[in-house]
Amino acid sequence: MSKFTFLKSDRSNIQLVLITGTFLITISILDVFLNSFFRLNLISFLPSKVSFLTPFIIGMIGLNLIRIEFSGNRFLDTLNKNINTSNFNAALTLLIIFVIFKAIPPSLSWMILDANISGDTKEACTGTGACWTYIKVWFRRFMYGMYPNEQHWRINTAFLLVIGLGTFGLFATEKMKKFLALYYVVIYPIIAFLIIYYLISGGYFGLEWIETGAWGGLSLTFIVSFFCLIFCFPLGMILALGRRSNLPAVRYISIGYIEFWRGVPLITVLFMSSVMFPMFLPEDFFMDKLVRVIIAITLFEGAYCAEVIRGGLQSLPRGQYDAAKSLGMGYWKMHIFVILPQALKLVIPGICNTFLALVKDTPLIFVVGLAELAGMLALAKTNPKWLGFAMEGYIFAAIIFWIICYAMSKYSYNLEEKYKTDR
Amino acid sequence: MKFRILAYLFFFVGIADLFIKIFYGNIFSDLTEDYYEIANPILVFTPVLFFSIGGIFLKESKVSLTLENFGTSRIKYYSPQFICLSVVVLIFLFFTFNAQMNMENRGIDFGFGFLTQEASFDMQFSLMDYDGQDPYWWAYVVALLNTLLVAVLGIIFCTIIGVIVGIARLSPNFLIRNSAAWYVEFFRNIPLLLQIFFWYYAALRALPLPQDASPLFGVTYLTIKGYYMPAFIWNNLNIFLYSILAAIIAIIFIRYYANKLRDNEGKQIPVFYISLIILIILPAFTFLAGGVSLNFEIPVLKQLSATSFIYDGGIAVPPELIALTLALSLYTATFVAECVRAGIQGISKGQKEAAASLGLTPNQVLKLVIMPQALRIIIPPTTNQYLNLTKNSSLAAAIAYPDLVLVFAGTALMQTGRAIEIVSITMLTYLSISLAIAALMNWYNKLIEIKEK
Amino acid sequence: MSEAIIKIQNMNKWFGDFQVLKDINLEVEKNKKIVVCGPSGSGKSTLIRCINRLEEHQKGSIVVDGTELSENTKNIEQIRAEVGMVFQQFNLFPHLSILDNCTLAPIWVRKMPKKQAQELAMQQLEKVQISDQAQKFPGQLSGGQQQRCAIARALCMEPKIMLFDEPTSALDPEMIKEVLDAMVNLAKGGMTMIVVTHEMGFAKEVADEVIFMDEGMIVEKAETKEFFANPKSERTKLFLSQIL
Repeated sequence: MSKFTFLKSDRSNIQLVLITGTFLITISILDVFLNSFFRLNLISFLPSKVSFLTPFIIGMIGLNLIRIEFSGNRFLDTLNKNINTSNFNAALTLLIIFVIFKAIPPSLSWMILDANISGDTKEACTGTGACWTYIKVWFRRFMYGMYPNEQHWRINTAFLLVIGLGTFGLFATEKMKKFLALYYVVIYPIIAFLIIYYLISGGYFGLEWIETGAWGGLSLTFIVSFFCLIFCFPLGMILALGRRSNLPAVRYISIGYIEFWRGVPLITVLFMSSVMFPMFLPEDFFMDKLVRVIIAITLFEGAYCAEVIRGGLQSLPRGQYDAAKSLGMGYWKMHIFVILPQALKLVIPGICNTFLALVKDTPLIFVVGLAELAGMLALAKTNPKWLGFAMEGYIFAAIIFWIICYAMSKYSYNLEEKYKTDR
Repeated sequence: MKFRILAYLFFFVGIADLFIKIFYGNIFSDLTEDYYEIANPILVFTPVLFFSIGGIFLKESKVSLTLENFGTSRIKYYSPQFICLSVVVLIFLFFTFNAQMNMENRGIDFGFGFLTQEASFDMQFSLMDYDGQDPYWWAYVVALLNTLLVAVLGIIFCTIIGVIVGIARLSPNFLIRNSAAWYVEFFRNIPLLLQIFFWYYAALRALPLPQDASPLFGVTYLTIKGYYMPAFIWNNLNIFLYSILAAIIAIIFIRYYANKLRDNEGKQIPVFYISLIILIILPAFTFLAGGVSLNFEIPVLKQLSATSFIYDGGIAVPPELIALTLALSLYTATFVAECVRAGIQGISKGQKEAAASLGLTPNQVLKLVIMPQALRIIIPPTTNQYLNLTKNSSLAAAIAYPDLVLVFAGTALMQTGRAIEIVSITMLTYLSISLAIAALMNWYNKLIEIKEK
Repeated sequence: MSEAIIKIQNMNKWFGDFQVLKDINLEVEKNKKIVVCGPSGSGKSTLIRCINRLEEHQKGSIVVDGTELSENTKNIEQIRAEVGMVFQQFNLFPHLSILDNCTLAPIWVRKMPKKQAQELAMQQLEKVQISDQAQKFPGQLSGGQQQRCAIARALCMEPKIMLFDEPTSALDPEMIKEVLDAMVNLAKGGMTMIVVTHEMGFAKEVADEVIFMDEGMIVEKAETKEFFANPKSERTKLFLSQIL
């Protein structure tokens, strides 16, 4: 063993090893950094194939040197434990650092440094980077679709009102608390529907009537997913109870319904709503395209919702049922007063995830000709004045959707964790 | 007992009725027009009626016991079920009646006869020979194969990525763990359709034109018009395939023999390495002695007109397929990664310690204790994700990849106008894939279920 | 005086900054039964987990059956095959039947024919009186039965030393006795045993020596009678007064 004392790190030669190791790692990272940010190459005197690998090899040697267990240096110990437990880990660490360094400069220059945002025609985009002017000019279209510009306040007000009413539960006093479930399941959806109908659709109180064909953009995503959620919730509840029923006909109808909708892709359901559904209705019966889509998605998501609620019902201990039965409650009394209030609280994270899936699915409605955000992007992309900015558009949409979905998934995750500890 | 016989009788009549309806049309169709028009929607549902009556009788044969268990009366047991069934049947009747009226007004007949007509549309990409003269049913088969191709490719890639990311999320390395976590958070929270659009309209459009492309791995070309790979040209391919088959049989035999040897004499032979050697040597041997040879057809740049180039020869993977596979596998991999992580975390540290304390080597611990348990947790939700991937592959319609939805529910529907038939066939296809896999999963779950009290 | 089968010299162990074991010196002779007791967090579990290297020690040496524990993995596997261990949480493999749990290691480590391994397993299961449950799965058994099966599983390797890590702490009171009976039988058979437990009755009945640990150190080590009759250290006295 004594042969390798020079290379073998331990506490005795810690000072020497630390300095050499840190020096080597710094050089290796610095080389990649300079290379990608300033196009400088420290080791250009080496042949190109070797110089490609050199920073990696130097870095590996450095990391190997500073891998000292229980060095007594708290910082070094944490570092080693986290990124430098073995040679394999060290290699991956270096690779990730290098990839990040290599990827930052081009994307940074494309997105910010060389990008344009001024002006309002395509000609304003002269740089090599992204053309955010495109997003700026089309912003209102992406948000509100073909809805007339001067009427956008109506959508904004409607959303603010709906959100405001939604936060009502946070301010409810103890006395009001017992009516909250009733409020959210029955009253709130009706009010929200009326607000959106009268404000956004218009035609009453001197508001101009705007047909649903003009609705679009991100606001349509919200309208569709919001309505689908509030409608699919009661449907899911009934189906979940049906699936747990003792009555075989009720149970099999529910199972059949749930498994059917869960077995087909949403896109075929939308096709069905647009081409097959009109065949099933009386001839003179007209139904708006948006309404048809909302019905179709509601029927579809209702099945998923049912499975979530069933999960909540199943997780309740049997004792709850027995206790309710022993008090002489019938089926409906037991469920309305004892089971559902408890189960519904437990399924909020699951419902949140369903809503998340719903929001992610709404771009699909473009197949029936409704243009929400993704649809508007496709429209803008083919506008002869603005050809060639697909990348900017999709990145913009991706960022917006990501923020919404990430926030929601974090919220539902936190709730789940909270319930886990509550019990 | 009498009830049970009656029940089975009704089931039998129901099945017979269904059978006759499918293959010979309605038995009462000879009757006068007026009667037929009113009665037909109802007659469509007679098999359902027979089945439900049979179900009631079957239940009735056991009901004397259950009634006491439910603590309810016969009325309370049957009336809600009767009401539910009637509502469902009434809704269906309403729909069928309307559909019949509508179709009559538009002058179309319900039926699947159109499937044998000439399709007369083209497909950009197909695995099997197809042209416009082929009938609709062949278009359906070809489109279904395209869907399955995307699904299989997606499943392979998402499994590879998912397993790596899932394991990386548990890495002791801070950077790896967090990169994996951000990968999952990033790709999971962007709608799949946007991702497909991004790859197809933005990322792949940034690729070079065929004439400017530089070779990748020497002989393949990644261009804006797709990915061109060399095709394999085999001589005596069948001998090669037989040799692989023989190798597989030999491996199965050796495994069996090794198990036997271990059980009887306690000897252990390195089965894995022996299998690997056989799998390589036997097919390699056919190259030397069996007259098998392999040539490559390398894609060659060809000028179509002054500015238009394509690669000729080899295999061309269209950009739609690339974009779809990329998006589907990157998106689904995030969910697979979560399943893998949950599976590995689901096994307590004690299991590993107990196995190690018995003197098993780390490989044996993995093979005999960890994997059998982890797979039980991982496989069911992962299959679910595979199903989702298959269903999501229908988004292909958005970028004009000729899958089932685009070709059949899109083009064929436009041409024939047979909305009900085509949409039902499409939905039933997906439904049967889902249900078949779900049934398989249930069977598998029962098989591997860890027994508890 | 027979030779020591386990020799621990100046062994130290840290979890990060926290020192769990401080300068442990311990020799265990063949066929001796040693009970280790002490308040929770005193490092007694860590000590016996170090003996078959489920935890690594950082300083000092551990020699088991003439082999020193080092980073050499072959040595570790060899030692683990000679040292049986029973855990607080049983840690039976839930996907294997009781019989398969017992035959797994003999087949794969001892390279024993399956028939022979099954016979051996049935013998050992007979000893702990659960041979009638051999075809069941761990999830179908009670805690006491599971722990006895875990003992049988360790015995199937015919180990020279058995380590018990609080084998009765996760059990209901009525099941503790059946597990302790099995352990007493084993002790009477002449096995070398190191047992971490709070069951002082068991210690009085079978132990040759009792070790009291606190804050990572061996505070007191004495013959069983001596230990209970007149403990020397104040901390031992306090502990005994609380537990007895």
